[in-house]
Amino acid sequence: MKQRGRALNSQLRNSFSYGGKSMRSHFWNRSAALLAVAAMAACGGGGGGSSEGAADDAGEAAPAAAAVDPSTVGTISGMANFTGGMVPTMEAIDMSTEADCAAGYGADGPMAQNVLVSGGGLANVFVYLSEGVSGAPAASGAAALDQVNCRYTPHVLGVQSGQDIEISNSDNLLHNINATPTENRGFNISQPRAGITSTQRFAVAEVMVPVRCDVHGWMQAYIGVVDHPYFAVTGADGSYSIANVPAGDYTMTAWHEEFGTMTTNVTVTAGGTAEASFDYSGEMMGADVPMGEALVIEHGTNRIRVERTQ
Amino acid sequence: MRAPRGTGIVLLALFAAAPHALAGQEDAATAGKVVYDRWCAECHGETGQGDGSAAASMLPRPRDFAQALYQIRTTGSGQIPTDADIRFAIENGLPGTTMPGWPNLTDQEIDDVIVYLKSFSRFFAQGPAPEPLDFGSDPGGGPAAIEAGAAAYLTMLCEECHGLSGRGDGTSAPTLEDWRGLPIRAADLTEAWVFNGGSSVEDMHTRMLTGLDGTPMPSAIDAMNSGVVSPDEVWQLAHYLASFGPREMPPLREVIRVGRAEGGLPADGGEEAWVGVEAFHFPLSGQVVQLPRNFSPTVDGLWVQGLHDGNDVALRVQWNDPSNSPDPNWDEWQNKITAALDLDGAEAIALDSAGAPSVRPPDAVFLQFPFEMPEGTDRPYFLMGDAREPVYLWTWDSETGVGAGRGRGLDSVEPLAEDPVAGEATWEEGRWTLYVRRPIEVESEGLDFVEGTPTPIAFQAWDGSSAEVGKRSSVSTWYYILLEPPASSTVVVTPLLAMLLTGAFGLVLVRRAQDRRRDR
Repeated sequence: MKQRGRALNSQLRNSFSYGGKSMRSHFWNRSAALLAVAAMAACGGGGGGSSEGAADDAGEAAPAAAAVDPSTVGTISGMANFTGGMVPTMEAIDMSTEADCAAGYGADGPMAQNVLVSGGGLANVFVYLSEGVSGAPAASGAAALDQVNCRYTPHVLGVQSGQDIEISNSDNLLHNINATPTENRGFNISQPRAGITSTQRFAVAEVMVPVRCDVHGWMQAYIGVVDHPYFAVTGADGSYSIANVPAGDYTMTAWHEEFGTMTTNVTVTAGGTAEASFDYSGEMMGADVPMGEALVIEHGTNRIRVERTQ
Repeated sequence: MRAPRGTGIVLLALFAAAPHALAGQEDAATAGKVVYDRWCAECHGETGQGDGSAAASMLPRPRDFAQALYQIRTTGSGQIPTDADIRFAIENGLPGTTMPGWPNLTDQEIDDVIVYLKSFSRFFAQGPAPEPLDFGSDPGGGPAAIEAGAAAYLTMLCEECHGLSGRGDGTSAPTLEDWRGLPIRAADLTEAWVFNGGSSVEDMHTRMLTGLDGTPMPSAIDAMNSGVVSPDEVWQLAHYLASFGPREMPPLREVIRVGRAEGGLPADGGEEAWVGVEAFHFPLSGQVVQLPRNFSPTVDGLWVQGLHDGNDVALRVQWNDPSNSPDPNWDEWQNKITAALDLDGAEAIALDSAGAPSVRPPDAVFLQFPFEMPEGTDRPYFLMGDAREPVYLWTWDSETGVGAGRGRGLDSVEPLAEDPVAGEATWEEGRWTLYVRRPIEVESEGLDFVEGTPTPIAFQAWDGSSAEVGKRSSVSTWYYILLEPPASSTVVVTPLLAMLLTGAFGLVLVRRAQDRRRDR
């Protein structure tokens, strides 16, 4: 199994492509920027009574990043394409133990979010510059992780090391937020009703930090921690955009919880928009996952998560 | 401003001490390695990753010191522990796990091994542990505090994992995993003596605010700081937890005294008929003598009560088991246990195409006796006898109910269909109550009890949902059961007899006197 996983990984590394989807990316570029602004505004206020981060030793967040000189930066945008093969059907989540949560979903009920495909795009891919970044502005603002109807929102979150992560509970029931990193110190905090906020930080880069709720075994989120702000998570349509990247040559890595990682090279020019896209396919389903976050085996047509290994 | 006198000397001393202190640490680590390699490495592994040669049979697994995830801390969630925290765990062990306390180690050896343990993880090198949390002070216990604590238990939704009666049978209990993804129990709050971090009110309060890192038990600190519960209510919750049961393991008494029932034997295991009947606690431990062994048994003890009426003997046996096996809700748990444990060659339970176990073993308890009243201290082999000397068994399992059998070893039980033993069991909120009844003397092969003579008795238990089947059981050693003779009758009859005899003698004397008079 492990052998197959490694083979898949190298196959993935060789299969990146630069597609011709600049129009769509452009549109998404603007939408994403707007969304980001909205998100920053939404999570401005911290909740009362939050414990200090477990990974405190990174020190206080530096003052807000220096103003970006637009003449030296560009944008990276692209897609996580899902091409060929069957789009996998996700497992239904049995939320019968939490009727209030189950009621928040349509007739089909809640489904797992490990592979979300829409219009040829794959959501929840964490993309980040993995090589070539030298010096980066310190984190500013807080990232937000919410618990809504017994699922994490978002399912995949990117943060900068040292950045505040404000974790809130929109469900009026017990969740515990149990983060199990290996490079950082973790935390495990209970939030027995709506309205509680916990603020946490991770000191050093780590892709990915699994987060789970032990009360509701189906609840799983991933937090990607990097040393700089040049990261994004693909949206529902598979697109992403990273603005204000200093001009230069970089290696970019894409992580997905079922498909592992793949990398590509990207050159950013001042004022330009570089494209970096990643191709995934239905054939990859059923292969072993090399990263260790999830081991998925097949039983007939069902895919069952049997173990989470570190 | 002038520096206070002596500052220079202090500084000098500091400079002198620093390299010395470093050298001291190295010496301590070297000395600590000797202690570690001798006592700790077999479970925790040579490199401290919890992967020693004995680790694969253990659940929970030995601590991984490289990750520095310590359950027992006074520091916040996710923080490294203080040296005093590590010392606490070494001195007291982690009851309920395979980690014992180490009274054989000297203070110096413990100090040294702490230095060595910390060297396994880079997290300790990044700086000292933060200060312990501020735990405030206990506003005091008592009935009102316990009542407030009971309310806080529900506010904090503790029952989601620990169950309403605290027996670790909450809705989420079957799905709990530790940080390695291995199955882990919600603590049975009625057995404070197996709490990992100590059983005092202070200990429980500390564990709630720090959480138990590496387990699903979270820190309640944000809930407290947000006002969901007040600091006093967290203390009251600790008092409530302390009220679930005794703090220490109930004292072991060798003999179950089965009194004579006044007004008939109880007809079932219902509470009313057994109120006031003395209950005897017997600890059980995993069967580790024969393969496959069971290092992480579910049933770690049971309570026994007995009554007889001169014709029949009735026993009530109660034990905690969070699962009423077979229960499909525990399928995943059973699969994970099977996958996680080195079953010592036991055949793993196969999964069907949907991932469900092909076999869901029942829960079971056996009561074991010799076939004959033994002479002296001679008793059959405690692990269900052997070919030479079998044992007489009262068997119960959750699928076939109560029966009798002949045991010739752990995997050899032959039913005794003629035996009149009867009974039933009920499961409620994580506890089984088994009622068994049989005539004191039987025509069939089983043992005849003799009032006033202690009879050997031993116990075995299985939790089917934890893949406990066959030799993977909990066992006890031999104890005794004693049917009390009608002691009260001896006390009443003797004076009565004396009175009658005296009366009769008196009558005889009177008659003789009268006769003598008549004869005159």
